Formats: sequence, C-alpha cells, structure tokens
Amino acid sequence: MWSYFARRVAIGIPTLWAIITVCFFMMRLTPGGPFDGEAPVPPEILANLRARFHLDDPLWRQYLDYVANLLRGDFGPSFKYRDFNVTTLIAQGFPVSLQNGFSALVIAIMIGVPLGIFAALGQNTRRDYMVSAVAMTGIVIPNFIMGHVLILVFGVWLKDSVFHLPAGGWADGALSNRVLPVFCLSLPYIAYLVRITRGGMIEAMRANYIRTARAKGLPFRLVVLRHALKSALIPVVTFLGPATAFLLTGSMVVETIFQIPGIGRYFVQGALNRDYTLVMGVTILSAALIIAMNLIVDLLYSLLDPRVRYEGKR
Amino acid sequence: MSASVLDLRNLSVRFTTPDGDVAAVSELSLSVGKGECLGIVGESGSGKSQTFLAAMGLLAHNGHAVGEAIFGGVNLVAADESTLNGLRGDKLAMIFQDPMTSLTPHMKVGHQLTEVLVRHRNLKSTAARDRAIAMLRRVQIPEPERRFEMYPHELSGGLRQRVMIAMALLCGPELIIADEPTTALDVTIQAQILDLIRRAKEELGTAVILITHDLGVVAGMADRVAVMYAGRIVELGDVHQIFNAPQHPYTKGLLACTPRLDDATASALVTIPGQPPNLQRLPKGCAYHPRCQNVMDRCRAEKPPLMSAGGGGLKACFLENFGRFQAGAVVP
Repeated sequence: MWSYFARRVAIGIPTLWAIITVCFFMMRLTPGGPFDGEAPVPPEILANLRARFHLDDPLWRQYLDYVANLLRGDFGPSFKYRDFNVTTLIAQGFPVSLQNGFSALVIAIMIGVPLGIFAALGQNTRRDYMVSAVAMTGIVIPNFIMGHVLILVFGVWLKDSVFHLPAGGWADGALSNRVLPVFCLSLPYIAYLVRITRGGMIEAMRANYIRTARAKGLPFRLVVLRHALKSALIPVVTFLGPATAFLLTGSMVVETIFQIPGIGRYFVQGALNRDYTLVMGVTILSAALIIAMNLIVDLLYSLLDPRVRYEGKR
Repeated sequence: MSASVLDLRNLSVRFTTPDGDVAAVSELSLSVGKGECLGIVGESGSGKSQTFLAAMGLLAHNGHAVGEAIFGGVNLVAADESTLNGLRGDKLAMIFQDPMTSLTPHMKVGHQLTEVLVRHRNLKSTAARDRAIAMLRRVQIPEPERRFEMYPHELSGGLRQRVMIAMALLCGPELIIADEPTTALDVTIQAQILDLIRRAKEELGTAVILITHDLGVVAGMADRVAVMYAGRIVELGDVHQIFNAPQHPYTKGLLACTPRLDDATASALVTIPGQPPNLQRLPKGCAYHPRCQNVMDRCRAEKPPLMSAGGGGLKACFLENFGRFQAGAVVP
C-alpha cells in the first residue's frame, strides 16, 4: 500500500504542474489586465507598473519565472492588494476557511449520515418522506438566501433574546461569530449526505448477504451496523472527497455574507481583478487539496471493502 | 411418520407491486417430519422459495404472508422479529442459492461464523473460534484456520457454499432450508455439497427442505417430494412414487424434460410447451390446463383440490389413474 501511496503522490505532481500551466495561460488569455480600472491609468504609469511586475517580459519568461518562484514557495506579489504577497494572503485567510470548513464538514457528517440511515431504514414511510423533504429543501435553497434568512432570524429578530448571534464579522474567531456561517456552510452538505447515505443504505440492505445475516437471527441493529453500514458508506466517502476540498477552501458566498476573512472570496475577487498571482495561488491550493482528498478517498475504499486492493498482490 | 418439525397450514404469500397484487403462494399446506428430507420442485416463479422465505420471516418488504407455519409450537408467520431472531440461525437455518453474494464481503469468514455462536450460544470469542474452525473442518474445508481469517472473495464458490453450510450447522438446527444450494456451483462441486447436506441430515438428525428445480438433485436426496406449480402443490409423494409413477401431468412433463443418456430412443430434448403462467392472470380452473396434454373440460372450469393419489401420495388433478392411463397408451 505504501508504494501505491508513493506512486499516487508522484502522479499528483505532474497533475498539479498541468493545472498550474493551463491556469497560467488561461488567465493571460482573458481580456483585460490587473491595472484596468474604472479610470484609465496614464500610459507612463501603466508602463512603470507593468515593468515593476515584469508584465512586459515575454510570456514564456513570465511563466518560467513564476514556476521557479513557486518551487521556492513564493506565490508572487498580489497585483491588487499591493502591500501583500499572495503567500501572506493565503496564510492569513486559509486557516479561517479551514476551521470553518472543517467544522461544517464534521457537523454535516454527524447529522447527515445518521439521518440518511434513519430515513433508509424506514424506506417509503412517513419518517423517510419527512427526512427526504427536509433534505431536498436544504439542497434547493441556495446559501445566499439561507445566509440572509439566518442573519434576519438570529441577528435581527432574536436580537434581544438569548439566541442572538452576530450578523457578521469574525471577531478573531469568537464562537458566536462562527455559529451562523458554519451552519450555513454545512446545510447543503447535510442535505446531500442524507440523500447519498439513504441511497447507499437502501442499496446495501437489499443485498443477499443482509438476508443471510437476518437468517442467522442477528438483531436488526447488528445487521445494519455490522453487515450493511460499510457498503452503504462507499458512495458517501466518494462524495466526501471533493466535498471536503471545496469546504476547506472556503465559500465565496458565505464568507461575503458573514464578512469572514477567509480565502473563499479571493477566488472571485482575484478573477474579477485579473489578480493573476492571487488566482493562481488559490487555484493551486484547491487543486492540491482535491488531489490529496481523492487519494485519501481511494485509501478509505480499502478499509470499507477488502476486495479493493492496490498493486494486485495480496 | 414421526412428529413434524415444520407444519405449513394454508400458507399464502402475496406481493404488492405497482402493477397490482401477485399471489406467489396460495393456501399451501405441507409438513416436514423430524429428520426427513423433503424436496420441493418447480419452475422459476412457482413459489417454492417464497414459501420458505415466508416461513423464515425473510420476505421482501412488499411481501406479506398469511396462514400458519408452525415450528416448535410457534407460528412463524405471526411471530414478532425477536421471536424469529431467537429461532433463526439456532433451530432453524437456511442455506441460500448464491454463495458469491450471500456472505458479507467486508467481514472475515471467521467472524461471520462466530457471530452466530455469540448470538445463540453466548460463547466467548475463543470458544466460538474453536467451534467455528471445528465446523469448517467438518464441512471439509482444507486449512480451516487459514480460511477462518479470509474474506469471502478469497474463497472459491464451492468453499463459500461450504462456509454457508457450516454457518447453518453451527447451532445444530432441527431444520435446514436449502434454497437451490447447488445451482450456482460447478457440477463437480454440486455432488460434494449435496453429500455434506446429506451427512448433516444423517449425523445430526436434521430435517432438510431441499428447494430445487433440478430433479436429479431431488432423486438422490429426498425422502418425499412436493411438486409446485403457480404457487400451489400439484403433487406430493414418496420420492420413488414421484419418479416411477407420477400422478400429475406436470410432474410427468418435468421428468420427461430431464435429458437421459441411457435412453437411445430419446433423440431430441423434450420441453413442456407454453410458459409458466403469469401469477397476476392465472387461468381459470387448473393453472396448468393451458399446457396440459390431458386437459379435459372440467380442468378449464374447476380448480382441482389436492386429493389422494394412492400410495399415500397427493395430487391436484382430475385425471383418474393417470399413471396407468399413460402406460396404457403404450402397453395394452
């Protein structure tokens, strides 16, 4: 397994390089540039700026410089936030997004998976329909609406009650400031997890070996937990891999609504501002996370199903 | 016959489907004696498996059984889940058709065996392990200690079915229901598996219900045979009587379908013309009449009840002296 792990990591490196290259040239192909604002910049100043950021070098030279800097761990200066370089911006924002995303992930798993099992075991009964309806609601309500509803309820209507929660801001990560954004982040994931777990569980409970387990006289709880759960969780793990990567890299919508200094907003702001280096930085970060998560998912499969083997030796 | 182990009385099984209800088994009555091997024969869809899944309380969600299945004084059909769980795997065991999918893929074979002993015999894990390995040895699994630690996918189909049999035998059941235990296996393995079941019956005095569509399997194993068609028993009798003097045209048809190498006159494979009936649109009268070569007017109007067929057997057919009638056509 370790050699499999090493090989997957080794494959991840050229993958990442391909993403960096494609992303670099695509950014340069988009019309406009980092210094095109509302008011046109005088040509002399523009020329100075371009020289300062080496944008007047030939493109291949810029690319080689960028990759060389990357290898030294330098993501370059931000074009927009001129007092910062991209490394600093990510170093400041990523822990915030990471904490929120991780909390949301844990909450989503702890609520979504049991609810999905609960719904599946009462398939087509009232409790199944109720859980599925709530889950469907969670999926169809976009988080920019849910976020504002949460602010309205907990930040405004309940302002004078014990349930009052701050409508936004971070306050250095005070618990009360985290509740609403984390909840808002986790809601759609709870909903997806309910549906995926429910589907996986229904499928697992139909298997012949469940009938065997029941024919042994095992109590229903054991049939579910010991015989059905592992195969029911395979689609859940498949979903959680990329979902984790997305959650940990922050949500532009949620971070904007709740004014959280994470990196989610950099995706959009960076792209709008043609802040080449910032876009590259966050893209590389999320690509690396997705590659890592997919690897972890593949390793988890072997825990859930012993038939999954790496290398073909037993 | 000695006291019966399982007594089915007017057992019916219905399935609710989007296209309406399906009667898979209709008012079936049957009993299995202590230590007896009863063969259940019929085509796919004749209700042979569903009858006994109903008795085990293992019908699919949309299935519903009414009637009685008396086992050890308990009506299994009406029993609650915890009563059933107390019996299943202990006094009442089942072996399924497909050993490839009937074992839990992510659990080691050993654990799947010991959990039965932990559940029903309250054994500690080391004692359960010893008993399970002894049982694996008994069903002639080579290197049982090594197999004990393996996952099902690491075993061949024949070994897996041996594991299933070991699992069924662990608690020394009074009745084993074997649902097509050899259908998914190679012919060479089939005989070994049947031999194991036969030995379990002889050594432990376990009653066996052998559900199969393979008449050859039944001939070698069963004491009595019940032939099912469209959810009902059409003939029930001693194995010799069923094979030598079948009293129902369907039984006779099934026997004729079995290819024989020793019969030089048989040139082509014989089939029963027509299809098994759609259970939602059973023909009026005898369900077999559209395919029956001896059909009479009465068969189209009236459902034949199970009646004495002579020699202690039962048949659901209006034809008198069917066996002799058939023989008469050839020998005066």
